[in-house]
Amino acid sequence: MTSSIESIETVEHDVIVVGAGGAGLRAAIEVSAQGLSVGLVCKSLLGKAHTVMAEGGVAAALANVDPEDGWQTHFRDTMNGGKKLNNWRMAQLHAQEAPDRVKELERWGAVFDRTKDGKILQRAFGGHKWKRLCHVGDRTGLEMIRTLQDRGVHQGIKVYMECTITKLLKDGDKIAGALGYYREDGRLILFKTKAVVLASGGVGKIYSITSNSWEYTADGQSLAYEAGAELIDMEFVQFHPTGMVWPPGVRGLLVTEGVRGEGGLLTNNKGERFMFKYLPESTRHEFAADEKEAKEWIDAAIAGQKTTARRPPELSTRDNVARAIYTEVKEGRGSPHGGVFLDISYQDSDRVRKKLPSMYHQFKELADVDITAGPMEVGPTCHYIMGGIKVDADTAQSKVPGLFAAGEVAGGMHGANRLGGNSLSDLVVFGRRAGLGASEYAKGLSAMPKFKDSDVQAAIDELDAPLNRTEGPNPYDLHKKMNEIMSAHVGIFREASEMKTGVEKVRELKKEIAKVRVGGGKKYNPGWHLCRDLKNLIVAAEAVAISALSREESRGAHSRLDFPNLEDEKWGHVNTTLSKDGDNMKLEHKQLPEMPDDLKKLFENK
Amino acid sequence: MSEHKAKEATLKVYRGDGKEGKFETYKVPMEAGMVVLDAIHYIQANYAPELAVRWNCKAAKCGSCSAEVNGHPSLMCKTRMDHFEDGEEIVVQPIKTFPLIKDLVTDVSWNYRVNEKIKPFTPDESDTKEWVIYQEDIERVQEFRKCIECFLCQNVCHVLRDHEKKDGNEQFMGPRFLVRAAGLEMHPKDTADRLEYLKEEGHIGYCNITKCCTEVCPEEIHITDNAIIPLKERVVDEYYDPLGKMIKGIFGGGKKK
Ligand SMILES: Cc1cc2nc3c(=O)[nH]c(=O)nc-3n(C[C@H](O)[C@H](O)[C@H](O)COP(=O)(O)OP(=O)(O)OC[C@H]3O[C@@H](n4cnc5c(N)ncnc54)[C@H](O)[C@@H]3O)c2cc1C
Ligand code: SF4
Ligand code: SF4
Ligand code: FES
Repeated sequence: MTSSIESIETVEHDVIVVGAGGAGLRAAIEVSAQGLSVGLVCKSLLGKAHTVMAEGGVAAALANVDPEDGWQTHFRDTMNGGKKLNNWRMAQLHAQEAPDRVKELERWGAVFDRTKDGKILQRAFGGHKWKRLCHVGDRTGLEMIRTLQDRGVHQGIKVYMECTITKLLKDGDKIAGALGYYREDGRLILFKTKAVVLASGGVGKIYSITSNSWEYTADGQSLAYEAGAELIDMEFVQFHPTGMVWPPGVRGLLVTEGVRGEGGLLTNNKGERFMFKYLPESTRHEFAADEKEAKEWIDAAIAGQKTTARRPPELSTRDNVARAIYTEVKEGRGSPHGGVFLDISYQDSDRVRKKLPSMYHQFKELADVDITAGPMEVGPTCHYIMGGIKVDADTAQSKVPGLFAAGEVAGGMHGANRLGGNSLSDLVVFGRRAGLGASEYAKGLSAMPKFKDSDVQAAIDELDAPLNRTEGPNPYDLHKKMNEIMSAHVGIFREASEMKTGVEKVRELKKEIAKVRVGGGKKYNPGWHLCRDLKNLIVAAEAVAISALSREESRGAHSRLDFPNLEDEKWGHVNTTLSKDGDNMKLEHKQLPEMPDDLKKLFENK
Repeated sequence: MSEHKAKEATLKVYRGDGKEGKFETYKVPMEAGMVVLDAIHYIQANYAPELAVRWNCKAAKCGSCSAEVNGHPSLMCKTRMDHFEDGEEIVVQPIKTFPLIKDLVTDVSWNYRVNEKIKPFTPDESDTKEWVIYQEDIERVQEFRKCIECFLCQNVCHVLRDHEKKDGNEQFMGPRFLVRAAGLEMHPKDTADRLEYLKEEGHIGYCNITKCCTEVCPEEIHITDNAIIPLKERVVDEYYDPLGKMIKGIFGGGKKK
């Protein structure tokens, strides 16, 4: 089964955006607002990207609830949460521009929950000093994606749904096009373009317990890597502290941090509020000293009043809470199904149902648990990758001319750990910037670049190969194997010997993936689609494993048993950076951009 | 819920495309809390890698996994296997109103085309001050905006099952898009008028309030009572009550009040 190049549908756009989540939609809207032609390509139907699942909220220092808030505090919280490994310029632009992007969403039709005086309501979240997350109950992502989708569609963006990009094509060193196939029938499509914006999301499917969907197979990271871009910070994978642990079919499904933002309490099987024990010294002063003070804060938050009481310890950053839960379970203080208890049932049940409607339904329908009557059981789940494609902060351009990236697929913004709510804001801030950057770049090219037919043919052959083989391993088995390797050897807590075994196994698996075989035809064949996805997944698996092995310290989401301390001197100023070097993945530790003095001042006496 | 059920479930799954197909039977080991989508994934991983199905969130948030399970339009990720009788065959087939692509996957692009025709959100551009909107004024709009576009309501609506009214010259927009239009019409800051569209192009008049749509909505949106009936009333006011319209015009009653 082979296809010839002449027969392939070919379309031309100034800019192609890969991905229709928040970042891709916002980028495409911007390109079209600049008067250029844009094609938006996505693997699922429009409106089904990961962004639709986001629950808790979008972070922006609007200061509607806590007037003390401002971009400087948001910037500082983001950098502290990321253990200062963030690209400072991205964190600055993000904090400064997020309020305008949220207000823009409102102008485009998003209907956020309101304060009593009619402004956009904001809730507390881990690591944010003030109440900062604009939200719509616990379905904020749905509101955002629908708003952007409708804005985009009515602005005339051309959407290619259920179409997967498998190759970026170049003219010399710069972007010239992309090859994709339609899931419906496997027919190919060739995009001729001046610039590509990757907005394809994360890599969660390298792990077995994850809040991520089938789409999170590291496509963008891998496409960019193959095209010559650099990946940074791939060791920083966020394990969200609260995933469901029971029943088995929903293990890993997210329980929004909004539960803790609304006052949810974490306890072990002895009834202890264990988070008090796990607060790091550096931020302990920002949290309540005891249960009494934590309760004052929660009571005031529910009543919409100001208080001098400090936040409950449950609102520590995700890396801390995830490690705390892991440790409690490991030391025998876990819940019956290997998690801990998260309880909001002490609050008025109507309020809980109103504030957390989808959590209420999720537990009721999938776990037979009524969260207004008793506690949930929760444990860590792979959720987000801080690392990704290295980009310029202002333009979102990667090292490859004409290749841009925004959203979860891009690296740098979140450093060693992302704060909740900072992804949705990242999507709209840098989605817009990537759209602008790509438009400027495309306007600057006098002619459409040209790719080589031989590159297209090679990509087609690679795509067709699993269907043409008569024997070889099953893609689902290989995927399961990868999940087992990553979970066992490069999980929440890491050590050198384990990771070395992990790296070896990943490299062995890569050889097997090259031989994968599947039956059936090209018509909507998920097994065949998975064969291609595996090639991306394995790039991410290797990237995560070797990056993690190389960083000999613990920082943010990267926790080493053999190097338990933060080593600022040696590791606080470098990004693990990967690039393609023939068949090898080249790893370097490159210097982080230096923060200017006026921003450094924000961290003094804090 | 008993934690160790070493039981097996029997699923009959539709396999085929628009031209030909048949039900295949599969045995799947039961696990506690299992949903129909889990069983379909088990079949994919163990017997039929090429079995076509859509899903994303596995948590009833994205509206991708719509199918008919034992004749009932459902989200597969929300349909628990232990809700069926022991030994009961579970029949899974694609939704019926839209053309079949393969197995459980249908071509729902018709819906996206309808959406494009609805006038988008249109605020007063000269109103540049920060918006003050009270929670009580948007409760209803927020209900409509919960829609996850599973298209189950479109699937059960008898008007859309009539080809003439779905693909003919006078197309009915369907409950999903009446909900969408209602969310825009009732937004306190919207200024556009969609009533002519609703009547002349969306053919809201075809709906005879059978409420089948409301019954299947996984988001429990009161599609008929809260969206369709108020819109029908507005259309009637506009077209069949010229006096009322004139009074509204004289006293400056905006379309929202
Ligand atoms: C359950 C859950 C809850 C969350 N809650 C929050 C929250 O409350 N606040 C917050 O800030 N963050 C939250 N997050 C994180 C946040 O939702 C994601 O990081 C964010 O939505 C990613 O957006 P994106 O635009 O980068 O990518 P996505 O929304 O994931 O979109 C990726 C797009 O790329 C497309 N794509 C991928 N590969 C290809 C390819 N090869 N060809 C073509 N298209 C491709 C996909 O089809 C999709 O359209 C949550 C995440 C999850 C999973
Ligand atoms: S109430 Fe109207 S829209 Fe809903 S199913 Fe019946 S006819 Fe269709
Ligand atoms: S209104 Fe309800 S049934 Fe209809 S598409 Fe939306 S969520 Fe589905
Ligand atoms: S998979 Fe998202 S609704 Fe079922």
